[in-house]
Amino acid sequence: MSAPTLRTARATHGPKAPRAGAGRRHGSTGAFGRPSTRLTLVMVLFAVYALLPLAWLLINASKTQPELLHSFGLWFSGPFALVDNIHAVLTYDGGIYLRWLANTLLYVVLGAGGATALATLAGYGLAKYDFPGKRAVFATVLGAIAIPGTALAVPTFLMFSQLHLTNTVWAVIVPSMVSPFGLYLIWVYALDAVPTEVLEAARIDGAGELRTFLTIGVRMLAPGIVTVLLFAVVATWNNYFLPLIMLNDPQLYPLTIGLQHWNLQATGVSSDPIYNLVITGSLLAIVPIVALFLALQRYWQSGLAAGSVKA
Amino acid sequence: MSTAAAPPTLRRQRRSFVGLWFVSPFLVVFAFVLITPVAYSIYLSVFRDRLVGGRSFVGLDNYAQLFADPKFWDGLGRVALFLAVQVPIMLALALVAALAIDSGRLRGSSFFRIAVFLPYAVPGVVAVLMWGFMYGDQFGLAANLNDLIGSEVVQPLTPQWILIAVGNIVTWEFVGYNMLIFYSALRAIPVDLYEAAAIDGAGSWRVVLSIKLPALRQAIVIATIFSIIGSFQLFNEPNILRTLIPSVISTYFTPNMYAYNLSFAGQQYAYAATLAIVMGVVTAVIAYVVQLRGSREADLR
Amino acid sequence: MSNSARRRIRGVAVLTAGALLGLGLTACSSGTSSTDSSSGSASDDTAAGAAALDAALEKGGELTYWTWTPSAEDQVAAFEKAYPNVHVTVVNTGGANDNNTKLQNAIKAGSGAPDVVQIEYQSLPQFVLPGDLLDLTPYGFADLESKYTAAGWGAVTTADGIWALPQDSGPMALFYNKTVFDEYGLTVPATWDEYIADAKKLHAADPSKIFANDPGDAGFTTSMIWQAGGRPFVSDGDTVTINLQDEGTKKFADMWNQLNEAGLLGDIPGWSDQWFTALGDGTIATVVIGGWMPGVFESGVPDGKGQWRVAPMPQYSAGEDVTANNGGSSEAVVKQTKNPELAAAFLRWLNSDQASIDVFLASGGFPATTADLESADFLGYESDYFGGQKINEVIVDSAKHVGEGWEYLPWQSYANSIFNDTVGKSYLNRSDLNEGLKSWQEQNVSYGEAQGFTVKTS
Repeated sequence: MSAPTLRTARATHGPKAPRAGAGRRHGSTGAFGRPSTRLTLVMVLFAVYALLPLAWLLINASKTQPELLHSFGLWFSGPFALVDNIHAVLTYDGGIYLRWLANTLLYVVLGAGGATALATLAGYGLAKYDFPGKRAVFATVLGAIAIPGTALAVPTFLMFSQLHLTNTVWAVIVPSMVSPFGLYLIWVYALDAVPTEVLEAARIDGAGELRTFLTIGVRMLAPGIVTVLLFAVVATWNNYFLPLIMLNDPQLYPLTIGLQHWNLQATGVSSDPIYNLVITGSLLAIVPIVALFLALQRYWQSGLAAGSVKA
Repeated sequence: MSTAAAPPTLRRQRRSFVGLWFVSPFLVVFAFVLITPVAYSIYLSVFRDRLVGGRSFVGLDNYAQLFADPKFWDGLGRVALFLAVQVPIMLALALVAALAIDSGRLRGSSFFRIAVFLPYAVPGVVAVLMWGFMYGDQFGLAANLNDLIGSEVVQPLTPQWILIAVGNIVTWEFVGYNMLIFYSALRAIPVDLYEAAAIDGAGSWRVVLSIKLPALRQAIVIATIFSIIGSFQLFNEPNILRTLIPSVISTYFTPNMYAYNLSFAGQQYAYAATLAIVMGVVTAVIAYVVQLRGSREADLR
Repeated sequence: MSNSARRRIRGVAVLTAGALLGLGLTACSSGTSSTDSSSGSASDDTAAGAAALDAALEKGGELTYWTWTPSAEDQVAAFEKAYPNVHVTVVNTGGANDNNTKLQNAIKAGSGAPDVVQIEYQSLPQFVLPGDLLDLTPYGFADLESKYTAAGWGAVTTADGIWALPQDSGPMALFYNKTVFDEYGLTVPATWDEYIADAKKLHAADPSKIFANDPGDAGFTTSMIWQAGGRPFVSDGDTVTINLQDEGTKKFADMWNQLNEAGLLGDIPGWSDQWFTALGDGTIATVVIGGWMPGVFESGVPDGKGQWRVAPMPQYSAGEDVTANNGGSSEAVVKQTKNPELAAAFLRWLNSDQASIDVFLASGGFPATTADLESADFLGYESDYFGGQKINEVIVDSAKHVGEGWEYLPWQSYANSIFNDTVGKSYLNRSDLNEGLKSWQEQNVSYGEAQGFTVKTS
């Protein structure tokens, strides 16, 4: 592809309307002066604020149920029970935690994967084509996300139940497949990252629209797609309200509902308080998503870098 | 969105329906999980369900009742206050963090980027459970803190503090998300701009003010709109905290909680649907106004 | 016993008009134990119904059972062993609130409900009234009446039918931490006046201790009103009377105000981690609660072992002996079921077969069946946790003195959900509970009217 053309195209509107991935990445060091201790200190405070609760979680996941509330929250106390707690979490109630983990993965793969695919197709279509009703589509999508999802829950629930979709995995997966924000992100991204000239060139070469999208569009959109995927994965992983009302069967629960289920188990006539399992279970629920983020983060970084190399 | 009218070239009319093919899979699912329930809500909102007497058509009575409902206004006022205070604080923090991480003057910037973003990866339920434990003034960190300073000043779970306590959880959860949006926009600034600034001898504050902030304008508008929507939909955090302090957080603490309680505890599905529609309109109007203002200022520059 | 059963028939719900009220009272004064809707040749029908259940068990099939009872899995295992052709899927719904919401949703949706479901006594009317539950009378369930306490049976029946079978009951008692009592020289209160005096004494000696913990709880308050003789909710067909300022209600509120307004009530949320800890480490000195509490102590408060004791519920004046129920559940068959006979047969076994009840009791449950309440084994059980005390003697005695004629609202779940919006404020501000109760009344009146009831306030 003709890199110089791209570069010109970028330079013309870059300053006026910079977009994600549009310009060349500037170096992360040098150019703007020496490392600043003051700035670093501010960010250390930030990091403490962000990490303190997680430290609390880690520390308390290592305590036994009795130690949990009898000791200072931010330091280890009593026997180091993390391994025991993890073992208890994984085996409690016939290992249902692993079942919840598998469910969560299923919802994430199909829900977030679907959301990313649909948003990519649609964002690309909106950015690169003109068609009747385009503005209406856009206004509707943006207008609809302003409606409180929680309040829509009831009609959605009633509708799904008439279709016999409640208490099935589809009740969680299908609504997760719509990500208006993802659509918006890809749309904004595609405006710049996929130059119309390149598509024209491919078309002159005789490539079909879908083929052009798959071979050129997807590649150029890759950093944007990864970003959307990242957000969609986090959103699906953390999904709480939708499965709460849609699912009755604990065998179908994702981790979030399962953990709250355990938390509520301490309530009522026949209570069985297992707060240590709630805490350790919460910790374990965070680990995969953090690991995934770190893995994706590298990809996302290189995606951005690749985008800049192309330009 | 104003950007719909922005520069890039669009396809010629002859291909007019190709774009629709790309958009249609999204639209089909979108129509199924959003448009249909909205339509159904509108339909529901002109009826009333009764335990005695069943369903009857009531026209716009539900709307009239809602506008005269002090619980609705109480919740709406609370989220408006929350919006006015929490959103600016959170976005300012996110902006500072993004600028600092992007400044190139930070040791270990990738650590900080991950650290600040990490809470976003924590499920909301878990975040509230954690903070709920820590807020406890009997055994939690709040108790430890009070012991330390020898007073009972820190009482996160009292009526005076509760909005701050909720705001803190929401800020903690979403500051990293917004930081990432700003950071991505900063990374997209073409390097030639900085080179030009360096040649002009601009200091780092000048670079922030005259290059970075203007470049972030659209990202800030977007983040603001999403935060507004988020604030009006506030539900998970107060609703889970409520199990700890049912008298402090009412069932109508936020409009969304009110709608939830109306439908799932009170079985007033139609009235809840009415509330959902009104809240949707209110949110859309405010988001639209912010969007208009944001882009008008951008145009003026 | 059947007197109270008869009155509670009106109590739970509501379904028919005023004439039944008189009928109920007449039957009540006659004091016989005959049951309601069956008459004349009906007994033949019910015998046939009972036989049909046996046939259904033989034939077998699939059932779903929603519950949050810990022993449910074991009970079902025993059931499936006895009836290998039947397969029951147990779904743990986690707790009463989620269970109700999910059940409500499934019923509203018209599908997805279980065949058999656990429902708290106080939530039964909410499902009986709209006709969501199956009437068990045709299956000979009337014959089971004698197995249950009057209060239990009354809570699951109306003049129109038998809607559930009692699982457990919660006659109230005073649980107190003996270690704390000994340390501070407190005497076990027999009256509420003594209870208040103890609270003041403990607070004076150590303000960090909590004699009575009550952050505002609808279940506790209604039970306390019940004991004090208040009958704030009366239903008769579509007419509901709500008077949260009747004599008994005021009696309770005025008594409890002495603790509330003086800031002597702890505000640790019930069932929270903090609550369990405070019960175990001597922070909370007393709990007035249902007789199922020992099981909770043993599983949730291991630290409190040996420290706690049980005493009769304090009275308003010395020599009185009136208690109330607090909590407790029943199981019902949902009308949606595709196999009503099999579901009813399972329910009959679940809550009346000794094999099932034994499993339930072994897990620490408190029974609703008279045979178990009066069995020498049960009464003579010496609890290690309670320092060898024969706790069931105290609790069973309470079961015999539960105040008669109590009714819940036909929308008690919703009423409870807004309790903390109203009465909760009085707790929070340490102000007159009567004001909060009035506001609770107002909101319930407007809810009832919006739901199409005729609501009266006196």
